[in-house]
Amino acid sequence: MSETSMQITSAVIIREGIVVKDDSAIFRGTETGSVFLNAAYEGLDAMYPRFYKMDLLSKTGTIAVNALLKERVDLQHLPPEATGMVFSNRNASIEADVQYLEASKAYPSPALFVYTLPNIVIGEISIRYQFKGENAFFISDTFDADWIHWYVADLMQRGLLKVCICGWIDVIGEQPDACLFLVEQVPFSTGTTFTADNLRRIYNKDYGK
Amino acid sequence: MENKQELIHRLKEQIIKQLKLEDKKPEDIGDHDPLFVEGLGLDSIDALELIVLLQQEYNIKLKSAEEGQDVFRSIDTMADYILEHEGK
Repeated sequence: MSETSMQITSAVIIREGIVVKDDSAIFRGTETGSVFLNAAYEGLDAMYPRFYKMDLLSKTGTIAVNALLKERVDLQHLPPEATGMVFSNRNASIEADVQYLEASKAYPSPALFVYTLPNIVIGEISIRYQFKGENAFFISDTFDADWIHWYVADLMQRGLLKVCICGWIDVIGEQPDACLFLVEQVPFSTGTTFTADNLRRIYNKDYGK
Repeated sequence: MENKQELIHRLKEQIIKQLKLEDKKPEDIGDHDPLFVEGLGLDSIDALELIVLLQQEYNIKLKSAEEGQDVFRSIDTMADYILEHEGK
């Protein structure tokens, strides 16, 4: 039996005007905010009818995870409990919160209210891909690679997960800022070793616009 | 008082806007298409939005959840209900 190790097998970054997968720009747009995310959704052929109902955080997560998993049909054969998600951000669900507050001056909208928690993005992705593994959403001032690495490594070392989608996903001022990693326990080195330094290095890359 | 066809068209526009069905146009929605599960595939949160829409736009309050199942069967049934209850 070959020895397995935790590897970052893919990474997707979504920032202003650009979606990057594994160092290659897979979508560029001149728009901003919701218009940019809608254009990215259509441009990347994400195909999920619920997309337009989502808040910006869930839209960002949906596009990022779609790009991460697009060619990975093999992951669909894993038990639902084998794939988990560990996300973090600084601003929780503030964009949806403000939108709900503003709308509530006329009437409280149920469709907006359901997005007033940051971990709803995890729920949306779980529904779409039928993931039932461990998940968590942490709030921190900046991307805390050491914490994410420790938490995810612990889940995987204890055999609770075989695959984990983890990283940073934030929206502020209608601008998405996401860097999500696909981490797997694989039999040989097929990616980048899962370390806090490597998470930081990928997150800090500047792809411009 | 608008006629039923005008009301149906306005309802479709309002539902697209309220439920953020940005990938749909009024002509994509059939008058008799089911709104839930099949057809438009709306969910329980959308049902709440439709109840709010009736209250806000037409000043109509549903009497019960059971009544909603009949009213929200299609755009056509919604229009009939509005024409029957508006202004009462």
